[in-house]
Amino acid sequence: MKPAPPSGPTDPAPPAGMAVPAFVSAIEAAIPGSVTQVSYYVGDWAVIVPADKLLEVARFLRDSRETAFDFCSDVTASDWPPRPQRFDVVYCLYSTKHHHRIRLKVRAADGEAVPSVSGIWPAANWLEREVYDLFGVNITGHPDRRRILMPEDWQGFPQRKDYPLEGPGELLMENPLDWLRLKQAREESEIE
Amino acid sequence: MTTHTGQMFDTEELVINMGPQHPSTHGVLRVVLRLDGEKVVSSDVVIGYLHRGIEKLSENRNWTQIILLTDRMDYVAAATNNVGYCQTVEKLMQIEVPRRARYIRTAICELQRIASHCLWLGTHAMDIGAMTVFLYAFRERELILDLFEEYCGARLTYNSMRIGGLPLDIPVGWDRKVLEFCTIMSEKVDEYEELLTHNRIWLERTRGIGVITAEQAIAIGLSGPPLRGSGVPRDIRKDEPYAAYDEMKFDVPVGTSGDTYDRYLVRLEEFRQSIRIIRQAIQGLPEGPIVGKVPRLIKPPAGETYHAIESPKGEIGYFIVSDGKSTNPYRFRVRPPSFCNLQALPQLIKGHLVADVVALIGSIDVVLGEVDR
Repeated sequence: MKPAPPSGPTDPAPPAGMAVPAFVSAIEAAIPGSVTQVSYYVGDWAVIVPADKLLEVARFLRDSRETAFDFCSDVTASDWPPRPQRFDVVYCLYSTKHHHRIRLKVRAADGEAVPSVSGIWPAANWLEREVYDLFGVNITGHPDRRRILMPEDWQGFPQRKDYPLEGPGELLMENPLDWLRLKQAREESEIE
Repeated sequence: MTTHTGQMFDTEELVINMGPQHPSTHGVLRVVLRLDGEKVVSSDVVIGYLHRGIEKLSENRNWTQIILLTDRMDYVAAATNNVGYCQTVEKLMQIEVPRRARYIRTAICELQRIASHCLWLGTHAMDIGAMTVFLYAFRERELILDLFEEYCGARLTYNSMRIGGLPLDIPVGWDRKVLEFCTIMSEKVDEYEELLTHNRIWLERTRGIGVITAEQAIAIGLSGPPLRGSGVPRDIRKDEPYAAYDEMKFDVPVGTSGDTYDRYLVRLEEFRQSIRIIRQAIQGLPEGPIVGKVPRLIKPPAGETYHAIESPKGEIGYFIVSDGKSTNPYRFRVRPPSFCNLQALPQLIKGHLVADVVALIGSIDVVLGEVDR
């Protein structure tokens, strides 16, 4: 029997007695209620932020002098299907001034709106398009939300955990429009 | 007079398609250009022709099998990709890599940087019309490929690192050959400079083309030589040292004006700095084991991390999530430097001539295998 799929990342809290750096503690101090959880693992600081506070926190992190996260290294996501808010959208930030890094994380359900940060870091533009393309996270307010790696008429979102590794295969040839539904129906009929 | 011609002929914007099969797009890049005469008004970059789903594939392979998939991303700098991935897993598992392995990794990374820059210099110069440089640069790249072949048996996709260290120690006499190569290479860099740096045609074609300021470059997410060409002294080897870079002496060259010419100068100087690092790494090579304490079955504890290193193209980062139960990563993500640098292309080519588009694609040095993954 296969073990049950994990229902979420560990996001461990920093060990007791560990000093939280100023660029992490400053967020909650400046915008109350913006930090759901702070986590620390193998030297990386990560902060979980509610989606409706994301833009505010992002703007603060970029503009405040002691944080100065002016470089958006990466935007990506991870998928945890058993969890109601299945997606973790992850923003890896870096400061070219202070040389420190932080990860922002936003949890989102399928279809739940995650505001685009491309207005704050233009670098996030293509990266968010990729998150939309491969995970189907509903990025809102994006200037140009199209698929980027997959063909424009592709069905489904390949990086989701419930998307088969082998891809659509011959089903794509039979019915390109809704092969995922077709595949599911076939599998169910096989079980019966 | 201008109004006169304007009345006589209709002017309209012309949309032309460049690529994906175009020799100067370095692979399968497609750019849709909207032109006013010869000038680019706006452009749309279309990518994805080489998408192989490496991230999805990696989530279904075990931790060691992924190393060879990372070769297939930036296939002209495969060893750097290997190092980045192995270091990320080592960070997740808290494995300490022996000093000798770190030194050899440093030397290999820098050899790889020279090989990658040789390929860039050759193709970039050929795009602009200097055919000779291509032959010269590939001649030297060949020497590096020979060194790699002797080290790991492959010439392009090396699979040359293992989690926790190296698969094998360097062959007998290899260090001497590397030092000989350094001597040859430092003369050849001067030769390239004689061919191009003060060449009138080269200057006309590269100076003032595709200027990007430091602020713009940081905002759009440029990294590596294109960012340093704009005068930002950001180099992960210096800022967040990995392998043995904290023990090496080297300078980070930066440009001033952020145009194609400065990006060229930065990379040319990086040749010299790389040679300097290789010499230090090989001459100071410590004795000792080449693999750290690695469990037989690699299964990092549950957790996630992001780790970035300086590839020849820029910041290559790996974001890896382990669930602690299975023998494959739960999430494997690569931050490809070429992808993020390519994003600046529409901004760079705006207002320039079609011929400059070719120069600028070469100038940001993209490898489509990495853009599309």
